[in-house]
Parts: sequence; C-alpha cells; structure tokens
Amino acid sequence: MAETNLCAVLSCRALTKTHFELCLDAPAIANAAVPGQFVHIACGHSHLLRRPISICETKDGFLRLVFEIRGEGTEWLSRRKAGDVLDVLGPLGKGVFPLFPEDPRPVLLVGGGVGVPPLLSVARARPAHVVLGYRNEAAMILYRDFLASSDTVMIATDDGSVGTHGTVADPVSRLLEQNDYCAVLACGPKPMLRAVADLAKGKNIPCFVSMEERMGCGVGACLVCVCKTKHGDHEHNSRVCMDGPVFSADQVVWE
Amino acid sequence: MLSVNLAGVTLKNPVMTASGTYGFGREYNEFYDLGELGAINVKGLTLQPRLGNVPPRIAETPLGILNSVGLQNPGVDKFIEEEIPFLRQFDTKIIANISGSTMEDYLAITQKMDSADVDLLELNISCPNVKAGGMAFGTCPATVESLVSAVRKETKKPLIVKLSPNVTDITEIARAAEAGGADILSLINTLLGMRIDIRTRRPILHNNMGGMSGPAVFPIAVRMVYQVSRAVNLPIIGMGGISTWRDAVEMMMAGANAIAVGTALFRDPMAPIQVRDGIEEFCREQGVSNVSEIVGTVRPY
Repeated sequence: MAETNLCAVLSCRALTKTHFELCLDAPAIANAAVPGQFVHIACGHSHLLRRPISICETKDGFLRLVFEIRGEGTEWLSRRKAGDVLDVLGPLGKGVFPLFPEDPRPVLLVGGGVGVPPLLSVARARPAHVVLGYRNEAAMILYRDFLASSDTVMIATDDGSVGTHGTVADPVSRLLEQNDYCAVLACGPKPMLRAVADLAKGKNIPCFVSMEERMGCGVGACLVCVCKTKHGDHEHNSRVCMDGPVFSADQVVWE
Repeated sequence: MLSVNLAGVTLKNPVMTASGTYGFGREYNEFYDLGELGAINVKGLTLQPRLGNVPPRIAETPLGILNSVGLQNPGVDKFIEEEIPFLRQFDTKIIANISGSTMEDYLAITQKMDSADVDLLELNISCPNVKAGGMAFGTCPATVESLVSAVRKETKKPLIVKLSPNVTDITEIARAAEAGGADILSLINTLLGMRIDIRTRRPILHNNMGGMSGPAVFPIAVRMVYQVSRAVNLPIIGMGGISTWRDAVEMMMAGANAIAVGTALFRDPMAPIQVRDGIEEFCREQGVSNVSEIVGTVRPY
C-alpha cells in the first residue's frame, strides 16, 4: 500500500541565490525510487497543495533533492533546517527515464536550469554524455557532480559566461554528429525540450523528455497536470504525475 | 453506528468522495481499500469522451485552489465497460456523476446509466469550467426544474442533483430541483474564481477562470447546506472544503445527511479515512447510537 512518509531533514543549503539542496532521511522512498521520479512535499499548513520536486539522487536511504524557489511553497521549503520533519509522498511517476541496461553506447543527457537535477541519477547509473544549459556561471548547479560521473560534460549559458553562448542546441547537435547514442534524455524548459526532441528526431535517435505542469493530487486522480500526447491517430491529455513525468518525445504534442 | 440511508440506498458510512477529485478510484486504491468508504462519486461523465481544457488547470489560493479541468473523461461507454467492473470489486456504493452540453445529452447519458450497474446518479448542473451546459443549466430555477423532471422520467435510480453556489439564492434552485423530482441534493460545487500572475499579467489558469474549492470555501458550504436543508424535504450530501472530521460533523449538524471529501485528498490521500474514523470517535464520545442523529442538530439563535 502507498503511504505518505514523515522524513527528517538531514541538511538544507543554498547552491545559488534561488537553488537549494535538501537531503532527507527517507529509506522507503529512496529504496523504491528510479531515475525520473519525483516526490510531492507538503509545504507548511498555509499551503494547501504539495510541491512536486524531482529526485536528484538516492543513496543509502537518503534522498537528495535540488529545487528552485518559484513561489511561497518552495520558499518555505528552502527555510527547512536539519532535524525538521517533512510530509513526503512518493516516489511518484510511472513514466521514468529508460536506462537501456543492455546497450553499451552512452545516452545523451540534456538539462536546462532546474531541469538538470533529475538527470544526475541517470549519469550515475550508466555511461552518459551531458549537456547542461544555465542562465549564467552563478547558476551552474550540480556541474561538479556531473563531471564526477561523465567524461563529456558540455555547458551552454544564456550570457556566454561559461561554455557556449546561447542555448544547448549547438552542443547537442555537435555531440549528435560526433557520437552514436542509444537515446537522448532531457529535462528543462519546454522550448528546450522541443528543440532537443527535433534534433534527436533528425538523427533517428529515441528521445525521452521530462515534462512539467502545475500539479494537484500528484497520484493521477485529479487530471490537473496534463500534457497532450498522441497515440496512433488520436490525441489524449496524459497525466504528467502518473503517466509521466517522462514521456517519449514522439508522443508529445508540442503546443 | 455510521450507516446512513439516502433515498433507499444504505451507505456503510456517511463519507464519500467528491466527483472530480478521485478519478475512478484506481489511484487511491493504492492507499486503502475503496470499500472503506460509504460511496465513491466518480469523475464527471459525458456522452462522448472529452479532452478537457488546456493547462494550466490549477492555481493555489489562500487555503484553497482553483481548477479548470473541464470535464476530461473517457466517455460514458468506456466508464461502463472498464470502470464499473473495477469499482464493483469493492464493498462501496457507486455514484455516477453525469453532465451534458444540451438537454438531449443529459437524457441520452441518463438512459445509458439507468441500465448500468451503478447505485445512484448525480446530475451535474453546476460545472463552471465548460463553455456549453454545466453551470448554465444550474443557475435558473425554471431550467433546473425542467431538466430535472425530464431526466427523472428516464431513470428509476435514485437521482442526486448537484447544485452550484454561483447563484443569488441557492434555496430557489434547491426547490426547483425538488419540484423536478430530485431524490437527493448535493452541494456545493465550486465557486467561480480567478487568479492573475502579476509578472506576466496573465491569468494562472489557461481557461482564465476556474472553480474554487478547499478549506477557504467551507463556511460558505456550511451556510448553503444549512439554508437548503431548511428549504426542502430531501436528504443532502454536504461538501465544500471538508478536510477534517470536525468539518464533517459541523456539515452534518448544518443539515447534511452524508458528506463528501474532495480537495483535501490532494494534501492527504488518507483524508476520507481520517474523517470517517473521527466521526465514529465523536459519535462514541457523544453517546450517539447512529450518526444520522446529529444531522441538522445545529441550534440557531
């Protein structure tokens, strides 16, 4: 039976002005989680809705989350201290990142901004090349973690302070030219996901994207967080929380 | 101690789920056996499948939410084929919530549901999130009476009419539903609301407006249940912002014979179970032998 978990905060620290890293003692969730899943966290009594946060990494019963302050709920979350207890639902999501355990070729991971964290557990699990897009040098969350897992990590920044000046599209197309990948896995803003999906399609490489939408129940019942998908010739509003958050890019109807 | 009777249907306890917050029960069955609940009120059904509205479909408000799902559902045929057999595995009553864009839709879906294996029908004349039909049917007394009486002729199943709070006087609508032949009234549906992102100057909801629910609307729901219970002679299912057993008891004292938990589920999937257990504990503590004894027992000044 599924249940909500009361989890102790082990640490909470700022990575940038707006990005925070939260470590939780959450063995039940950590042991069950697979890359691409998320947790749904209650953020104090004055916020009715839980906040969905992607799982960055799990290790020895601990859960590592990296999130951005987007509003009052995540701001509340950023003020947690070691020893605080959080009400956490998860791991959630049945659409997850495929890991292709039999395929020796690397995957290409493409992350943008706060879409970077959920890719780390993939980089830890199998061979991967990585392209990370950030606003600027100061926003480069988890860069060192990816460097420790992958020998190819390329950066693009909006202001050109590090790596390619501009979007991830240039480094992604260069890597797609140079290497043979079993798949492209991406998480980030919708325009980035769409661009990456187009590039992968041009090379006939399977692409999987992690979608984001304002969420309600988190378990698939309320039909609030939908993403339009196509199945043969008919379109359907799939649930990001339950059918996703990761979808095959072929199925996503970009709008 | 907890069993209640609604128009001849016995529920093992007065706690049900509110339509639209519980899907068809499959997801919450991962948390507890659906047979724990008095009834399950399924996602609003229409004759044809509906994709629903463009997201974002939810916005948070102080102790509440706005939603604009827009009746996304697989259509009544698929419900009958796939969801009823699933729900029938559990010892609970099934309420089918039905909607239409036209009078013909309402009649056609009622005919289909009349021969389906569900225990009660809930006529949704109060959805604020669809362009045609929905709330438009539920805000004018004459329209309500003629729709309810037409639907009434198509089914022998107990008929619940779900009322919109977006009216000046809900008792007028309640009387019209009673005159049309409703067996039970349920209230309240959501209150029409709006939120705006001050940076983009865009509404948070892509549908611009949506239905408000959650603890913030609870006092309005209590007031309306109280007023309606004094205006008609029908059992009432009270809902709107119930998140604790105390809320449920308060709603029953206002005049509700049974209650529904909705938005509270998004915070706590176990909310309906805790509400049920709390009601039982309260009855025991108060020496109440059946929960129906507390219905309408508020002592107004």
